[in-house]
Amino acid sequence: MFTRRFVLKSSGLALVSFGAVPAVLARALGAAKGARRKKTLVVVFQRGACDGLNTVIPYGEEPYRRLRPTIAIPAPRGGSREAALDLDGFFGLHPALHPLLPLWKEGSLAAVQAVGSPDPTRSHFDAQDFMESGTPGRKSTEDGWLNRHLQDDPDPGATPFRGVSMTPALPRILAGRVPAVAMASIREFGLRPAAGGAAAREFEEMYREPVRDVLHGAGRGTFEAVRFLRQADPTRYRPAAGVEYPRGRYGDSLMQIAQLVKADVGLEVAFTETGGWDHHAGEGGVQGQLAGRLRELGQGLAAFHRHLGDRMGDVVVVTLTEFGRTVRENGNRGTDHGHASVSLVLGGGVRGGRVAGRWPGLAADRLHEARDLAVTTDFRDLLGEVLDRHMGARDLGAVFPGHAATPSRFPGVMRS
Amino acid sequence: MHIACRSWTCLALSLALAGRPDAAPQSTLDEEEARIVHALNRLAHGPRPGDVEAVRTMGLAAWIDRQLRPEDIRDDALASRLDGIETVALSSAELMEGYAPSREARREIQKRRAELGGNPSQEDERKARRELMRKYRGDMKGLPRQVVEELQAAKVLRAVYSERQLDEVLVDFWLNHFNVFADKGAGRFLIGAYERDVIRPHAWGRFEDLLKATAESPAMLFYLDNWLSVDPEAASRLGERRNTGKRSRIGGRGLSGRRRPARERMAESDAPPPQGRGRRRGLNENYAREIMELHTLGVDGGYTQKDVTEVARCFTGWTVRGLRDSKPEFTFDGRVHDRGDKVVLGRRIEAGGKDEADRVIHMLASHPSTARFVSYKLARRFVADEPPPALVDRAAATFRSTDGDIRAVVDAIVRSAEFAAPEARAAKVKTPFELVVSAVRASGAEVTDARDLARRVAGMGMPLYLQQAPTGYKETAEAWVSTSGLLARLNFALDLAAGKVSGVRMDLDALAGAGRDPASALAARLVPAGLSESTKETLAGEDGLDSARVAGLILGSPEFQRR
Repeated sequence: MFTRRFVLKSSGLALVSFGAVPAVLARALGAAKGARRKKTLVVVFQRGACDGLNTVIPYGEEPYRRLRPTIAIPAPRGGSREAALDLDGFFGLHPALHPLLPLWKEGSLAAVQAVGSPDPTRSHFDAQDFMESGTPGRKSTEDGWLNRHLQDDPDPGATPFRGVSMTPALPRILAGRVPAVAMASIREFGLRPAAGGAAAREFEEMYREPVRDVLHGAGRGTFEAVRFLRQADPTRYRPAAGVEYPRGRYGDSLMQIAQLVKADVGLEVAFTETGGWDHHAGEGGVQGQLAGRLRELGQGLAAFHRHLGDRMGDVVVVTLTEFGRTVRENGNRGTDHGHASVSLVLGGGVRGGRVAGRWPGLAADRLHEARDLAVTTDFRDLLGEVLDRHMGARDLGAVFPGHAATPSRFPGVMRS
Repeated sequence: MHIACRSWTCLALSLALAGRPDAAPQSTLDEEEARIVHALNRLAHGPRPGDVEAVRTMGLAAWIDRQLRPEDIRDDALASRLDGIETVALSSAELMEGYAPSREARREIQKRRAELGGNPSQEDERKARRELMRKYRGDMKGLPRQVVEELQAAKVLRAVYSERQLDEVLVDFWLNHFNVFADKGAGRFLIGAYERDVIRPHAWGRFEDLLKATAESPAMLFYLDNWLSVDPEAASRLGERRNTGKRSRIGGRGLSGRRRPARERMAESDAPPPQGRGRRRGLNENYAREIMELHTLGVDGGYTQKDVTEVARCFTGWTVRGLRDSKPEFTFDGRVHDRGDKVVLGRRIEAGGKDEADRVIHMLASHPSTARFVSYKLARRFVADEPPPALVDRAAATFRSTDGDIRAVVDAIVRSAEFAAPEARAAKVKTPFELVVSAVRASGAEVTDARDLARRVAGMGMPLYLQQAPTGYKETAEAWVSTSGLLARLNFALDLAAGKVSGVRMDLDALAGAGRDPASALAARLVPAGLSESTKETLAGEDGLDSARVAGLILGSPEFQRR
């Protein structure tokens, strides 16, 4: 009854093209033959400022134990999980991270101590912002460095999934000119069935019109992307029995990033985040709040590594956090906002099994503003090294404007 | 920063012409009606059922006149809708007193978290927090979150229901131009007053007054950190005074001591700061940069890094007092003001306390780059993503000749030939906020609770009052038509029509009317400018669609994404 006044559908064109292989998929398939497989960088952001000193523990430093009377992790005791797990005779891993120890030993996991931003802000908001824009001190940068990396390496044949954030909204780090996808989950990337059936076909027809404008372009891209993802069907790459991601959003999103990698959707940069690192009170030691967060973090990374198997050779994961925490514990058995923290680097080509970065020490005169671990590795130099060595970035100056991320400043986490 | 003022020299009618569908929607409207629909799409948040007829009766020119004088428009219906929202009329002080957890509450929360020990899941932590909140809720009128949720809901309600539609559009424009962010610590308690008492009363006045009001607002001083910016020499100066036995009121160890700066904690928590203690001991250039780059001259407006530093020096001492006592207000603290002479944009500014920055504000507001930059942005908002340079020139000339009279500049733009030109119609892509509000208006839906609508706007990447970058939200199409953004729009359209947005009641049958062809009637109501052939074909190809599905498809159509 609704049809009378509308112009009748004039041809079967739309239907015919429904059967065709989406152009993106065709491009992707073409690219997959012959062309080198894309490398992938995964960034895990620990929002809230992770206590790097209780993550990769400088148990060899005298002030460490003295300044942290109730929350210090005991020095290693023959692999006991009631103490730090020895890494190199000076640093130890928090015992809650024990699933990562095998990766350390096999050489695919490295840590960078005393990494951070040159900007002195102790505001979560500003520091996260700077770490995502990649321009510390400059608030008006509009795009994020992950996006700028994609901009720097234009790829006309790219799929819509070059850049994916497993978050409900696109984070600053991926914002920018190159289209990137944000999704809470692979399953939800599509149209909701509404009013008695999927409306995808109708919408697709509306946006199919060969109109050259930004909307129709995005429309066509969107439906191609939805169909592409459905055909690639990443969720079929279920982790094998025994590979257990931690429950919750962080574990789920890491698992789905692994699935996107395995499904060869053209993923180059992926982002996910984990919250709850802001332990001003009751941080805990071997057990406690931080231990709980680290357990989840480590379990997730270890599961990701096993899930990907030999595909891990194409992937590097970097953890970032906006700043570290005070060396001295506060009156509430917690720590306050500090300066440098630690990053973990995991994956193919990583020069693992070592703590990279220059250790500034915890002696009073070595501390930043007399209270915090000093930054000796600018986070842009760490990321610059990974982009350069792993992703083949062409121009780090374009990714980190105003910063000379030259090899001489790289912390040396990647095999060159 | 890429405010597109770089392109004001770009070729003329690359306009939004490039962004328009080649296949123009089939419209049965006459020219007058088409102009009315266009005006309702740009000077209002889209037409409601009956609006086109009403404006036609009044006459378009008279309607625009009226919208240019919002102070003469009664808005009682909106007022009674806003009456139901607890926090919108409260001052920052009242919000802090009623909706920020007390210090005892925060202390106990921390203690409780410590006790949880072991390995509490986030779930457990949340549960504990909820329990404590229940305990302290007695002392509190509500949670901090409520303040932002209600702000967002009120903004949606105003846009949907206000009779002063152009006023709402312009206030939104200025709020975005002078963006602040609700999620940075105490910001959430300052932003409501900022919109209500700083932006709104000055939205139609002189640009300089608006600029000055934002410069003196606790919200802006806090957001762009100027409240922490002090003369680096002030520390030693105050130290000397202390040594001579005269105790500085600024606080024992604040400026020069080693005391742990407390400000970073308050910048993050809901807690007001310990006033005067542990302030940053130096110059902070954030505000000085943004006032030139984003608020006045534009990034290419002819200033240097040296100017940024000099302006920052002029603004030292412009701060906020009373954050700790829940009585935030602007104050000039001469003790931390840089006492030297400065040179800004080539002009010497002699040491003169607060007056220095007042002079800077005047210089910036009356600078030709500012006239051009602000006019460009207004023309972009009202006319096209790349506004015709001739229009921008005329608007900027009006700005200069009227000493920055905003009403005159807006008048020049919205009554221009370029505004009314057929090429301008449907040339803008709606932002998520514009899409959501215009869909509700077009469908004549009744909104009893706008919070879910606000959440939908957020889900499309535009959380209201929560744009963290000082640039504000982009107003150009390419920012809003990403893959995930479009899916969110389509899903919203389907949900709204299917009655799945809570707090919104829609009567599609009434909207479709009792005629024999309800689908066409729905289309005519929802998109008065007409649907494209493609969209009509799509709808025609589906027999037996129910009205919710038809409405959902129309609201998700490419035509409805434009205005």
